[in-house]
Amino acid sequence: MNINDKQDRLIKEFAPLNGWIAKYEYLINIGQQLPKMEDKYKTAENQINGCQSQLWVAAELRDGKLMFQADSNAKITRGIIAIVLNVINNHPPEDIYTSKLYFLDNIGFKTNLSPTRLNGLNSIIKRINKLCLIHMQL
Amino acid sequence: MIDVKNIRNDFPILSKKVYGHPLVYLDNAATTQKPRYVSEKVKDFYINSNSNIHRGVHYLSEKASMAYEDARVTVKNFINAASLREIIFTAGTTAAINLLADSLGRSFIKENDEIIITEMEHHSNIEPWRVLCSRNNASLKVIPFDDQGKLLIEKIPSMINDKTKLIALCHVSNVLGVINPVKEIIQTAHRAGVPVLLDAAQSVPHLPVDVHDLGCDFLVFSGHKMYAETGIGILYGKEKYLDMLPPAQTGGGMIDYLDFTGSTYADLPLKFEAGTPNYAGAVSLAAAIDYLHNIGVESIARYEQDLICYAVDRLNEEENIIIYGNTFPHCGSVSFNFEGVHPYDAAAIMDKMGIAIRSGTHCAQPVMAHFGVKGTMRLSVALYNTREEIDLLIEGTRKAKSLLL
Repeated sequence: MNINDKQDRLIKEFAPLNGWIAKYEYLINIGQQLPKMEDKYKTAENQINGCQSQLWVAAELRDGKLMFQADSNAKITRGIIAIVLNVINNHPPEDIYTSKLYFLDNIGFKTNLSPTRLNGLNSIIKRINKLCLIHMQL
Repeated sequence: MIDVKNIRNDFPILSKKVYGHPLVYLDNAATTQKPRYVSEKVKDFYINSNSNIHRGVHYLSEKASMAYEDARVTVKNFINAASLREIIFTAGTTAAINLLADSLGRSFIKENDEIIITEMEHHSNIEPWRVLCSRNNASLKVIPFDDQGKLLIEKIPSMINDKTKLIALCHVSNVLGVINPVKEIIQTAHRAGVPVLLDAAQSVPHLPVDVHDLGCDFLVFSGHKMYAETGIGILYGKEKYLDMLPPAQTGGGMIDYLDFTGSTYADLPLKFEAGTPNYAGAVSLAAAIDYLHNIGVESIARYEQDLICYAVDRLNEEENIIIYGNTFPHCGSVSFNFEGVHPYDAAAIMDKMGIAIRSGTHCAQPVMAHFGVKGTMRLSVALYNTREEIDLLIEGTRKAKSLLL
């Protein structure tokens, strides 16, 4: 599945959920399935600023594909990063960098986020792009 | 007793629905909603009186200048200042503290001098002083508080010496909702000849504040936290101090005589009001004060005290609750967490239920550090909140916990 297929699948998964509480419940569940990040990766360098909660994101290249790890001490943030990673994990950095993550907007996690939290989301996307650039070949 | 049902009708935003739920607005320590009375006064000012003030001789300029100076009279009476010369309009509390810090920094704060603040200050009553001390090679001393949220005032006498130039502290904490024993602190400071600045941003909306009775030398507060518009606030200062201090900003409106080799400045209060001031904001602040007077400042204080006590009692009945600064009467705000629940998660879920509370560090990271937490939830009341809304908040926290625990 390419990145857009994965985004469309997530949009479909969220579509039948009626109301915000149900969406959050689903999001929190997805977040709980996200593997815990090893403590050694929870460094200041991997921490993303602009969030009310602590959030760490790291990535490494395996066979030309980027594998991300992430963690947060807040469950909703953990859920958000988990669905982002579900979409972008295991793709070449070029593909991730050039993709447009429209699913967050579509599910409603973007337009309904207040500026501070939106900054958090923007910071996540910026960090992901930066990690892609580090691993991209000319 | 105040008639909350009628009061709520004065605030059109309170009848909004948020995500399909009735709005429960409990983030008043951040900013209050505005009554129709205030918005209409401002609208009327723009439609009938708008013109730059203290500039023209024409009819509208006179009218606008009068509205601005009338607002100053309203503020002076509201806090019981001795003179109109003691009331400086600023953009808000932060601007007022920065004005004072800049002015003191240019004149009276020298190398090795000391400024005392407390551990429970808002960043806006820390950073201007920290930066000033660092710039002038002075030092900052911090009065600690205990886990109940009580300032260790017995430490103050030993912290004051002949280098101490100012004590700056909050009247009411924006995180803990604790009322500090400021009168006692001011008396201690004055015995040593040290002036005191009170950050009254969180007290003026909730308590009658009388600068003469308190004895403070400076007092600052914001209009938007007491039902006025944003961008207007007050620096009160005793005339003798304001007279001694140099202006922090220079420009139009505060010049007496100027040529390219020198200048003289206008007298108080205009000396500190360079540039076109927020005169419409001043009109809104005066309107907000009128609005409060019409209801009764004492009645509002009693009503809000009862409401915040009810909120603390209800919270205390909840499982896993942690209340910060629990053993004192609260004023306006209460901060809390639930064990195992991140405040961001809970606030985000409650938001979707129409409940507006604050989560995070509340611009008071040293308070978070004191309690060893990354953040808290904070509910803060205003005169239009009700017990039913507190009950809805409690339901909201239960729903959040059921999803998160």
